[in-house]
Amino acid sequence: MIKTVKSVAGKQGKSNRSDCYIEFTLKNSGGLNIELKSKVESMYGDSIRKIFKEMCRFYKIKNADIYVEDYGALPPTLMARFEFAVKRANPELQREYWPEFNNDNLYKTKKDKFRRSRLYLPGNTPKLFPNAGLHKPDGIILDLEDSVSPSEKDAAQLLVRNTLRTIDFYGAERMVRINQLPKGLDDLKFVVPHNVHVILIPKCESGNDVLQVEGKINELKKIYNVKNDIYFMPIIESALGILNAFEIASSSKNNCALAIGLEDYTADIGTQRTKEGKESFFARSTIVNAAKAAGIQPIDTVFSDVNDINGLRESVLEAKSLGFEGKGCIHPRQIKVVHEAFAPTKEEIEKAKIIIEAFNKAKKKGLGVVAIGSKMIDAPVVKRAENILKLGNRQ
Amino acid sequence: MKLIENAAGRLVPDFVNGKKQVPYKGVGKYKPKGKKHAPPIRSCADYPEDGSKVVKNLKEALKKAGLKDGMTISTHHHLRNGDVLTNMLFDTIKSMGIKNIRWFPSASFPVHEHLIKYLDDGTIHHIEGSMNGPLGRYTSEGKMKGLGILRSHGGRWQAIQDGEVHIDIAVIAAPTADPFGNATGDRGPTACGLLGFALADSIYADNVIVATDNLVPFPCTPWQIQGNNVDYVVEVDSLGDPSKIVSCTTQVTKSPDRLLIAEYIAQFFEDAGIMKEGFSFQAGAGGINLAFAVYLREQMKKKGVKARFIRGGSTKYLVEMLEEGLTDYILDGQTFDLEGVRSMRENPNHLNTSPFTSYNYHGKGNFASLVDAAVLGATEVDINFNANVVTHSDGYLLHGIGGWQNALFGKTTILAIPSFRDRIPVVVDEVTTLVGPGELIDVIVTERGIAINPRRKDLLKATKVSSLPIRTIEDIYEEVNSICGGKPAKPKLNKEKVIAVIKWVDGTVIDSVYQIKK
Repeated sequence: MIKTVKSVAGKQGKSNRSDCYIEFTLKNSGGLNIELKSKVESMYGDSIRKIFKEMCRFYKIKNADIYVEDYGALPPTLMARFEFAVKRANPELQREYWPEFNNDNLYKTKKDKFRRSRLYLPGNTPKLFPNAGLHKPDGIILDLEDSVSPSEKDAAQLLVRNTLRTIDFYGAERMVRINQLPKGLDDLKFVVPHNVHVILIPKCESGNDVLQVEGKINELKKIYNVKNDIYFMPIIESALGILNAFEIASSSKNNCALAIGLEDYTADIGTQRTKEGKESFFARSTIVNAAKAAGIQPIDTVFSDVNDINGLRESVLEAKSLGFEGKGCIHPRQIKVVHEAFAPTKEEIEKAKIIIEAFNKAKKKGLGVVAIGSKMIDAPVVKRAENILKLGNRQ
Repeated sequence: MKLIENAAGRLVPDFVNGKKQVPYKGVGKYKPKGKKHAPPIRSCADYPEDGSKVVKNLKEALKKAGLKDGMTISTHHHLRNGDVLTNMLFDTIKSMGIKNIRWFPSASFPVHEHLIKYLDDGTIHHIEGSMNGPLGRYTSEGKMKGLGILRSHGGRWQAIQDGEVHIDIAVIAAPTADPFGNATGDRGPTACGLLGFALADSIYADNVIVATDNLVPFPCTPWQIQGNNVDYVVEVDSLGDPSKIVSCTTQVTKSPDRLLIAEYIAQFFEDAGIMKEGFSFQAGAGGINLAFAVYLREQMKKKGVKARFIRGGSTKYLVEMLEEGLTDYILDGQTFDLEGVRSMRENPNHLNTSPFTSYNYHGKGNFASLVDAAVLGATEVDINFNANVVTHSDGYLLHGIGGWQNALFGKTTILAIPSFRDRIPVVVDEVTTLVGPGELIDVIVTERGIAINPRRKDLLKATKVSSLPIRTIEDIYEEVNSICGGKPAKPKLNKEKVIAVIKWVDGTVIDSVYQIKK
């Protein structure tokens, strides 16, 4: 005998565009009653009701009152919200309702892919998802951590999962920032089976943090028969993390980049962020050195003033001069500026061309040592020149 | 009333409010003959020699003008959502016990929701103009007694000249006027820029009442409305709320997706070769349009290119371009912000135009067709490039046509539209209401790519090497459907009950709007 249980999911209020609000009441009798108020009733009302009925069949729900206010939510959002409502009413329920996987989302990534820009999207704000890829960031981060309120963490897990399955990011690398460990380990089962490319590990303080994530991922990969590589980007946000930077960077072969988060770091060392950034110079430089020593990409923090485009440009040029290869973005309008600022200058491209040419010539002649004028050219210099040309072609 | 199929394949009524209609025949196909309609002969002997036509209030003026049941009253919309006068006018008409007025505004705004009670009680019989927001909803639900008629700004002038609409009394809100009736909109506490939308009314109406909250001694210059056409002048406390007259839709959008659209359009201007020395364009005041102007301005500066003229809706962004020398002239149809008003007052190169110069079908040519490219919006576009600006995909009538149909005659027409809004597809298989035929629409620019009308082989060729995401419209349509969760169902309409008709620029009926089925 089930007693009447009521749960709610989603967000209420018209300002929550592309989202919905659901009240779900599980009952003993009376069948399914769906009351839908939708701004797209005339276009999609019937198809929305069909989704709920199908999901009720899936979860073997025969008697329930379902009240929905829909503000133009796309199907994966409706599904995530409804699944969440059902699970809140019955926390024992483990079965996941997966929307059909969009085959456009099957593309792969590479460990040394450019990661100049990564766009953060709050994991519980669905209206931002469908168009994010149009702005052509190198990576899109579905965030489960700081941008999601504690009470909505589990709602965001479902929404992020459905988004990974259905929404086309148009070639951007598919990233998820999980929560700080140990909570973040619970997030993994909602992302690992769905072609996630990179996991961002926040507030990382030791190599062991990375290994825990790796262990859990390997476990899940077996369960879900996942074949694709999943890379890690540990984010260091504390004094301890900075002092363990190399250990973290070199802890796993799946690390592809090492990032710094300055808001938390400056709080941790008991100071504030300034424009000059003296307080974080040591930390940022440490990140660059640790990452380079481990052979991965050093990635800078976000630039938080969305309206200050010139400030952003300067900040990227400064990061580039320190050795960083990427920057976090919190607004799509930042992406183009970041790419422009990371682009090699004309002089850099010319110089790189000369180096590659000299190297190829020497290789043809079978020479072991290459020199331009009196300067010796060794392998890392050639590699850097190649990277510069690749970056230049990106523009 | 019988529905007949017009040349666009749409069903339209043969009679509207008892008047026989001509169904749409195709672009440029219908050319009525005969003489233009004319106002009655007047003699200056009948007007006060001291030049003062001031009467004590609106009621007195309406009485003197011979207000009767069933008359046609016109107003203009330069005061936009700040308009107080129109509501006051109908309060007065109601107090006089008059019924069955045909209201003939150049456009309506949400502030005119006040008039719904007069539609209910029979003071107003029906509206011919635009039915925006609440009035549109009211009309869509089949509550208006007569049929609504929507016309473009140019079509309104044409309808007056054809005699299709005879205005009995024009009531012209004038931010500054003199006792003789000379009036201007470019100064005064409720300044709105120009009064071009009232110009036809002042020339063709039987009786013309100028209402002002800033009466100045003769002469009021410049006289945008000539006192020689005016019968009565009325002083009122206030014409409207200045903050709502000149502040609508004049902010550049902050939406990254809309900015992307604006950026694409600006680049399209360059890649397609539209942006060249001495070119011209039209840009309105929507968020995307303003952003487009900002991007284009940067490109023009970079390339050292100057425009000969810009057609507005003027805003501070266009004014800045004029002042920086990036254009020789602004040809202004309506002023959207205070900077526009100031510039029009002070800068001789900021010209005041009217639907007569720019849009009228019965003019000997019009400015709209001289413009190199016009950037416009739409509520829906279909895979044949037909577009809709009056109804939404749920079938509700919510917007007027404005100058949109007329601006389609520019050399290149570009529609700036998101491919879907929330979950509402904007690129559809067939528009709910046909307002602009696809043969006049050349390019649609969405955040998901740009589609060029296959008729424009020249544009397709010019942009072959462009880095812009140029796709077919079908391709965008398919993608939008797949994102939104399949093809949207059509609105549930009562196809037996037409609630309004859409006129083409020549006065023929291009489509019908139907009652919403509840």
